[in-house]
Amino acid sequence: MPKLSIDGIEVDVPAGATVLQAAEAAGIEIPRFCYHERLSIAGNCRMCLVEIEKAPPKPIASCAWPVAEGMVVHTDSPMVRKARRGVMEFLLINHPLDCPICDQGGECDLQDQALGYGAGGSRYAENKRAVKDKNLGPLVKTVMTRCIHCTRCIRFITEVAGVPDLGATARGEGMEVGTYVEKALSSELSANIIDLCPVGALTSKPYAFVARSWELAKTDGIDVLDAVGSNIRIDSRGPEVLRILPRTNDDVNEEWLGDKSRFAVDGLKRRRLDRPWVRRDGKLVAASWDEAFAAVAARVGATRPEKIGAIAGDLCDAESMLALRDLMGALGSENLDCRQRGERLDPRRRDFYLFNSGIVGIEEADAILLIGTNPRREAPVLNARIRKRWLAAGIPIGLVGAAADLTYPLRHLGDGPGALGDAAAVLRDAKRPLVILGAGATARPDGAAVLAAAWKLAADAGALSPDWHGFNVLHRAAALVGGLDLGFVPGPRGKAVAEMLGGGVDMLFLLGADEIDPGRIGADTFVVYQGHHGDRGAARADVILPGAAYTEKDATYVNTEGRVQRAQMAVFPPGEAREDWKILRALSAHVGHTLPYDDLAALRLRLGQVNPVFDRVGFLPRFGCSDTAGPPGDPAALGEAPFAPPIETYYQTDPISRASPTMAECAATFAPVALAAE
Amino acid sequence: MTDQTEVPPGQEAYQPASFAFDAESESEIVVHLAKYPEGRQASAVLPLLYIVQKQMKRHTGSAWVPRVGMEAVAARLSMPPIRVYEVATFYLMFNLRPIGTWHLQCCTTTPCWLRGSDEVVRACREFTGIAGWGETSADGMFTMTEVECVGACVNAPVLQVNDDFYEDMDAERTRALLAALREGKPPAPGSMIGRQTSAPEGGPTTLTTLAFAPEA
Amino acid sequence: MLADQDRIFTNLYGVHDWRLAAARRRGDWDGTKEILARGRDAIVDEMKASGLRGRGGAGFPTGLKWSFMPKQSDGRPAYLTVNADESEPGTCKDRDIIRHDPHKLIEGCLIACFAMGAVAAYIYIRGEFHNEALVLDAAIAEAYEAGLIGKNACGSGYDCDVFLHRGAGAYICGEETALLESLEGKKGMPRMKPPFPAAVGLYGCPTTVNNVESIAVAPTILRRGAAWFAAIGRKGNTGPKVFCISGHVNKPCNVEEELGIPLRELIDKHAGGVRGGWDNLLAVIPGGASVPVIPKSICDTVLMDFDSLREVRSGLGTAAVIVMDRSTDIIRAIARLSQFYKHESCGQCTPCREGTGWMMRVMYRMVEGRAEPDEIDTLEQVTRQVEGHTICALGDAAAWPIQGLIRHFRPVMEERIAAYRQRSGAPMPLAAE
Repeated sequence: MPKLSIDGIEVDVPAGATVLQAAEAAGIEIPRFCYHERLSIAGNCRMCLVEIEKAPPKPIASCAWPVAEGMVVHTDSPMVRKARRGVMEFLLINHPLDCPICDQGGECDLQDQALGYGAGGSRYAENKRAVKDKNLGPLVKTVMTRCIHCTRCIRFITEVAGVPDLGATARGEGMEVGTYVEKALSSELSANIIDLCPVGALTSKPYAFVARSWELAKTDGIDVLDAVGSNIRIDSRGPEVLRILPRTNDDVNEEWLGDKSRFAVDGLKRRRLDRPWVRRDGKLVAASWDEAFAAVAARVGATRPEKIGAIAGDLCDAESMLALRDLMGALGSENLDCRQRGERLDPRRRDFYLFNSGIVGIEEADAILLIGTNPRREAPVLNARIRKRWLAAGIPIGLVGAAADLTYPLRHLGDGPGALGDAAAVLRDAKRPLVILGAGATARPDGAAVLAAAWKLAADAGALSPDWHGFNVLHRAAALVGGLDLGFVPGPRGKAVAEMLGGGVDMLFLLGADEIDPGRIGADTFVVYQGHHGDRGAARADVILPGAAYTEKDATYVNTEGRVQRAQMAVFPPGEAREDWKILRALSAHVGHTLPYDDLAALRLRLGQVNPVFDRVGFLPRFGCSDTAGPPGDPAALGEAPFAPPIETYYQTDPISRASPTMAECAATFAPVALAAE
Repeated sequence: MTDQTEVPPGQEAYQPASFAFDAESESEIVVHLAKYPEGRQASAVLPLLYIVQKQMKRHTGSAWVPRVGMEAVAARLSMPPIRVYEVATFYLMFNLRPIGTWHLQCCTTTPCWLRGSDEVVRACREFTGIAGWGETSADGMFTMTEVECVGACVNAPVLQVNDDFYEDMDAERTRALLAALREGKPPAPGSMIGRQTSAPEGGPTTLTTLAFAPEA
Repeated sequence: MLADQDRIFTNLYGVHDWRLAAARRRGDWDGTKEILARGRDAIVDEMKASGLRGRGGAGFPTGLKWSFMPKQSDGRPAYLTVNADESEPGTCKDRDIIRHDPHKLIEGCLIACFAMGAVAAYIYIRGEFHNEALVLDAAIAEAYEAGLIGKNACGSGYDCDVFLHRGAGAYICGEETALLESLEGKKGMPRMKPPFPAAVGLYGCPTTVNNVESIAVAPTILRRGAAWFAAIGRKGNTGPKVFCISGHVNKPCNVEEELGIPLRELIDKHAGGVRGGWDNLLAVIPGGASVPVIPKSICDTVLMDFDSLREVRSGLGTAAVIVMDRSTDIIRAIARLSQFYKHESCGQCTPCREGTGWMMRVMYRMVEGRAEPDEIDTLEQVTRQVEGHTICALGDAAAWPIQGLIRHFRPVMEERIAAYRQRSGAPMPLAAE
């Protein structure tokens, strides 16, 4: 641990750290444009210059200069200030003076730094450079004249996204960032370059000219459009969510966000259920809450408890699932399921359905086997973590399932369960092997056997030990782990999804369940749909109870790792829509089984009583495998059918993204590419 | 404002639809790939771009690198195409659009300028009718490019034609050279005033007293 | 004056055949095996003792550079890369070595590789030297054929490959780390140092980058001894050196002379004197485009070596002497160099990418005189903002010629501005705004 002095502050930092990192450890912020802690070091902007005693007698780029014992650094000497002012002047001479019409205004690094290091006027009397804008697709808007050539976007796309589309062509003053041959960025993580761009060269196309950053209320949320539980910031103005940005959480999404999670936001304003509806004479008609509740209550009263069922959908929060579970219990029904697609996941032990190693565990794995999953589409941010691990250590990665370009080299071992036998070879000799089983791979008749086989593979490979749990289920539905944790599954005499469909129940309560085929619901089944979008479920409903989307409620979610996270309400639900648990609480009174919680605090207390994991918010302890006995499942029952690609179109997977015009445009833009990759 | 209607690079009308290395190119590729260690074949990107340019000259009479040629190089070297586009646009010896039969590369950097490169440039313009840098004469015979110091400064001014240096130029010698080129009869490159390479005109001031062992 | 028998490049002008047989008659490849038999340390020590300073421009002691290479391999191979990307305006010495004395270079490659434990030498030659590359390629093939390089080179038991790699038109690739990037198949964008190439160079392996001339003189130094070499020239500035004399002289030429020769003697003896006589001299750029120009008053007495030229705030650089007589528009001469640097900036780092264009544009206004007098100071400040703030030395190289111009020819610039004002009759508006 070299000890050095920065502006008189002594710091110890690990050997190999840079002066810039040491300065941060000393609490000194050094201005920078090109440096980014999650990207390779470029050293090109020259803004982070510092003075180092006994080094070459000139300003030194701190981002790339390694620390040494006894080093004495000055970050605010006259030499440093002069140097930075010079660099700032150079950055500005060819930068347009269009701040008033630039969407980066208010959150522009160049603007901010110019405050500290810019001159009052320009000494540059020549013509400014103009650069042709590039078309990078439906998400990223370019105004390339503003580009300061920091190359963050190029490094992100190349290193993190792993889709080498971006580069800098030509040279000198004429150097231009772009794709050279016009091309939309073919990455599910592409929009992160908007956040990385320190100026207004890359901005959000859908959000263009919508708002100024200082007008926005910022609320911490949790993304639900996949099961990673990416931490997000919801920016709203008045009743409207205007944009979603990633929030840093090193254990989950670092500081990245998938394009869908960022841009499906315009789907929150479309096809919304903003008032109750009741079907009369075959037609849905607007109704009051009381009328809707009365219609449901009447039907409940006329139906035997064992003929009532409930299915929870992908986007549900834990609070509403618990309320529905308790209500069903009060009614005497055991027909509950949160596994919409019929996933044969085993709820009896938590490690049978979690991503046990944790997302950060990926960075310790020395071999990875993917089974029936396409993490690039199911969880792009998690896929970036796999790529990061591969970049760092070049570990072997195997795939059993539909072949795909996952942005890292892998051995495609086969399409179906038949290839599992050979798959163990990928994990051989690994000390920390990782098996990642797509939850979708269990949504098939031999799903239990798949689950058991994957567990056995992990056990045989040494992935299950007291200090390492390398059996991982990758979910795609944000609600599923929470549902399983709450026991939102059939009781001993209860019916699962498949049995509830086809007339298995007379009354079916769909809590945001839009991924089941409405055609399979029995023709005489009375359907109550509670949710926020007029999607598949609502279309089939006899009563619609308008609920809240994930940006509109204080809610708890459990991600694929089993991490319990809380989201805050950013805006109110539209119209007469209400927070979901409150709807269920009100309904419970109408059916004569008032739920015993009057406020969120009481409900959350109940969550912890049902499963103590809900008391552990945010923090995820690392654990090994204490019991290697696997889930029951007959390996002999493994079928021949290939694992189907779980997600056809990354951009449209749920009621919100299906309602989003931006996602529709992405789907249209990238559909041919997606097909070609198969 | 920037012109937003311009054709994106690589999609101009003159770009061919496809490119495949011919047998001669393939045999050259082998030689170059052998120079670099295993897994470092990207090192051969410059040699392969040259090979594309030479093959285009053989096949079309114009030495240039079409976009599909860059992509062929990328595929051969397992590089993402953007990395080859970057390289091809960074190094100036790759012509990214078709050029004339004779590529007149006029050095105008200070050492050549001091000795009359303006005169050489003017003679080229007058002879070929080319107005601006990078343009090709109406007959497709000549393309004029302003180049930076080509590294033959003691023989300035220098006019590089395709791969050859014509040295110690002036207007008259330029006109004679261009006339010969138009006839398809390029003279031997080197000093156009009969100097012994870089020795002072009239004979060297050094190396005059040495005698070496005769040929065995 | 250097005696002919003390000249290393005995076929500088290509009077003789460059091929192996003729090269051998001139003494090349004589006793190479015995030189190698002295061992790594002895060779490096001899090179250090010779006082040879790198001939590519920076003048770093070659023997010392060689000694930086790891003595023990950690499993990575080591490389020598020879910088034959000769592109510094005014400079054309390596060209002559390559086309007329290629075997000196190839033999030097073997010896240098051996001395540094390198498995191969990559000679990076500028793309424009097409015909020179053909010669060198053929000479390499001859050397392989004769067993001089390759497996068991010269019967020494040492394996050493020599490969030729052509650049493609980028001055910046003469910067050693840009050269390595280019050799790896990327854009020639300089790397940050540290790490230095001796630790992390070509393909991430220990690498030394040497100029053609530095490598090509090594065999002769080792044959004739460090003492012989060190006796030529002045202390700290030893040995013969190839000078390139271009511009306004009667007989421009390359010539190998003793370091420390007076500039005037160099020009008068070998280049037939300044056009119109010594008194017609205006200024000289003594070491290639990157070094500051010096006026006649300094030229009268200055010696041509590293330290003497540094004392007069210029530099020996590549020893490319660009002579300008009194007919020269000195502002234009320097402006053209500014255009060169703007054209050759790789674009990677801010001060160079933005500064070279700015400097060039102001310089061309200065050529016309279309500027405010205080813009001379602004221009000077801009050069200071570039100098020392960039990843590589191109920024410095772009700044120094302008600084030299302002230092020595400020009155000329002021007169030009005044003349423009008189012509246009009033304080003129600036270009853009």
